[in-house]
Amino acid sequence: MKTNYDIVVIGGGPAGLAAAIAAYDGGAKDIVILEREAQTGGILNQCIHNGFGLTRFKESLSGPEYAARFQREAEARQIETLTETTVLSLTADRQVTAISPTRGIFTLQAKAVILAMGCRERSRGALNIAGSRPAGIYSAGTAQKYVNIKGYMPGKEVVILGSGDIGLIMARRMTLEGAKVHAVCEIMPYSSGLRRNIVQCLDDFGIPLYLNHTITKIEGKDRVTGVTVSEVDENKRPIPGTEMHFDCDTVLFSVGLIPENELTKQAGIPLSPGTRGAVVDQTRQTMAEGIFACGNVLQVHDLVDFVSEEAEIAGRAAADYVSAGAKERKTVDVVNGQNVSYALPQKLDKNTAGSVKMFFRVRRAMRDCTVEVKCGDVLIASRKRKVVTPGEMESVLLTEDKLAVVDGTLTLSVKEN
Amino acid sequence: MYDVMVIGGGVIGGAVLRELSKYRLKVCLVEKESDVAMGASKANSGIVHAGFDAAEGSLKAKFNVSGNEMMEEYAEELGVRFSRIGSLVLAFSEEDERMLQTLRARGEKNGVKGLRVIGQSELREMEPNVSHAAVGALYAPTGGIVCPYELTIAAIGNAMDNGAELYTDFDVTEIERGNGAFTVFDAEGRALRAKLLINCAGLGAEKIARLCGDTSIHIGARRGEYILLDKESAGAARHTLFMTPTAKGKGILVSPTADGNILLGPTAEELREPSTDTTAEGLASVTEGAKRLCESVPLQSVITSFAGVRAYSDRHDFIIEESGSAAGVIHLAGIESPGLTSAPAIAKYTVENLVGKHFSLVGNENFSGRRAPDYFFKQLSVQEKNALIAQDPAYGKIVCRCEQITEGEIVRAVRENPPARNIDAVKRRTRAGMGRCQGGFCQPSVAEIIARETGIPLEQVTKSGKHSRLLAGRSK
Repeated sequence: MKTNYDIVVIGGGPAGLAAAIAAYDGGAKDIVILEREAQTGGILNQCIHNGFGLTRFKESLSGPEYAARFQREAEARQIETLTETTVLSLTADRQVTAISPTRGIFTLQAKAVILAMGCRERSRGALNIAGSRPAGIYSAGTAQKYVNIKGYMPGKEVVILGSGDIGLIMARRMTLEGAKVHAVCEIMPYSSGLRRNIVQCLDDFGIPLYLNHTITKIEGKDRVTGVTVSEVDENKRPIPGTEMHFDCDTVLFSVGLIPENELTKQAGIPLSPGTRGAVVDQTRQTMAEGIFACGNVLQVHDLVDFVSEEAEIAGRAAADYVSAGAKERKTVDVVNGQNVSYALPQKLDKNTAGSVKMFFRVRRAMRDCTVEVKCGDVLIASRKRKVVTPGEMESVLLTEDKLAVVDGTLTLSVKEN
Repeated sequence: MYDVMVIGGGVIGGAVLRELSKYRLKVCLVEKESDVAMGASKANSGIVHAGFDAAEGSLKAKFNVSGNEMMEEYAEELGVRFSRIGSLVLAFSEEDERMLQTLRARGEKNGVKGLRVIGQSELREMEPNVSHAAVGALYAPTGGIVCPYELTIAAIGNAMDNGAELYTDFDVTEIERGNGAFTVFDAEGRALRAKLLINCAGLGAEKIARLCGDTSIHIGARRGEYILLDKESAGAARHTLFMTPTAKGKGILVSPTADGNILLGPTAEELREPSTDTTAEGLASVTEGAKRLCESVPLQSVITSFAGVRAYSDRHDFIIEESGSAAGVIHLAGIESPGLTSAPAIAKYTVENLVGKHFSLVGNENFSGRRAPDYFFKQLSVQEKNALIAQDPAYGKIVCRCEQITEGEIVRAVRENPPARNIDAVKRRTRAGMGRCQGGFCQPSVAEIIARETGIPLEQVTKSGKHSRLLAGRSK
């Protein structure tokens, strides 16, 4: 059995596939993708709704269709893929230990590793919601798997907490399958989901969205029988007297995604508190030599199109790393200024040529504002925006000529005009 | 006809059943829920107490100290993890410090070994994250931790391996006496006969006593709410940290669990109607109490919260006796804390002394007290794991990614004694679904394995038995 590879890609979802393809096209041919499920494609396989690929392919694809484009590209390049293979551990010197039914436990040595493990949903447990713990409580993604992959309905009378995109998509999906969605509750004053999903998944079906509301109690012994929903004040505390009761047999949670960085932590790779993903430079190389990260394990994206784009950056860089070997990095930090919750990459390597597209999220919604990137008093980039919201990732381009003058920490901020 | 029937599949019933199976007796256990360890035994602090809390001369003191001494061997034989991590009762005032001396003196009278009152600097060295307001502590090196449901499941499983029988979903509604034996009926009309009954019914012990014609048992319900932190918070506490006890009880504790998480809780709230609901107020008081012990406790790492209901008797001591009014009925009732610690000692005493009055105890020469740990796979070397995977590839398929649990381990939990028949039962045996995603990824796969292994359609798989079905039918 082959145990040495130029590149080991951990995860065969949209990020892993795109990264492997880009690495191949960048000159690395000795690549293996490790995928825990029986097929690649990741969470796209259960996303049977359309709207994928509008940015990248200028057409509206379903999740499996979007995945298929990359699966075909990977097959055409004969990139080796090990399915039903779960990575158990990773070291900073790029030893990857995995387990599978056919190979047992085995260790691979890679010249470069690409982390593409994706993310998980925050669970009910993490929210400390009072009440009972009966059947009928699911994260939106679990419900989506039951409906779209397994062909079963998790329930018929539904209340959804959280208006993330998966929650919105599942509100529509459950309705189309004959369930009644009584309410979508969102503790924030705005939805973290895409505007188009609010219109197409809630408004078009007459499903009410309660902003500034949360579930304060779950009822039912064996199976959920109802929930209490309360309005919250500006500190997110329930306001007494605002309680509403809904009879329901199902509660879905769509309350945020968390990058799955257990392997990253194990390898001792520093994480960013803002993204909960690895700290990376513009090539998506982490602070560990030869280990790159991309997709939702690095930062939770709004659109898979952006995952693919980011994965290609990481894939090409990993291929360069394999052919050219490690080179010395000379990095400057990018820090969060006014109204910025995170910026990525967190480091800029001065020894890497080219323009850099910075991605970031804002802390609160703003209208008529300007995005500014400064190095000391020197303006490196700026961009006017009509509206920014925490739910939609923003970007700003730092051009190569402007970057040439950067000699210290960069600050990214968003200010009202 | 059974010689002995144990009513109630908690940690006490389980320990008694296993002790009975050492002898040539035909024994069974009836449990009203769909799995064992479904009451207080699945939702308590998992602490093996040193034994300085209980009043001198009480049954609690006696069985606590002897149970603590027996626990190491008991857990080891049953393949259950037990760690003597030691406990610290923290003092925050001079009054507390005086109380520590009282506790130490009481503990020594109870026979607790190694008790020591320590000052602030030694405390900080032993427990670096402890509150800066703590001025000293009572250190009990014999304090430990064990997983209470793992211990219960293992005891009942081992008893079954030795011939004991288990009836789940057996909710006792009627007990008849005649011809030197009892006939015990359940809600569905099933009937079992036994010569001797052992009432280990926890919250239901008063009801069982009454069904036998004994009105002397009075049981109350006390709810305790808990918060569990991710394993990534391991190290936040190295010992079990208690407040100095007050008239209200032992208060909130912070402790590592046998599985490597950090547990906060419990509250103590007397209830008229038992309920395992958590409450906003209760959870808030858990976090507040935990922060008093350990300011830096990582509350952002919460993975779940839960509540358990403990039974206590109006005697405020354990009831371990044959009924005065109903001969042939042995009550093990009001077994509140330190009941988990006391379980092996109570079981031994009960069988040798109380059951022994009715039967001459002849050893079961086929008895084997050892049980392979439910986590055995994790303990194997890579070579051993690979040999097993070659034999059974299911051990190479990770189902629960957070806890790295394989399909092989889940199948085993469904097949082993006592068999897991629902999602939560698999979770308690294997830890699949016990991690940070709380089953979000693995639940559909676990449900399919249960359906396949037990030959039922997927939509009949339940979360925790009875009417707790996961699914409402096929999609369109």
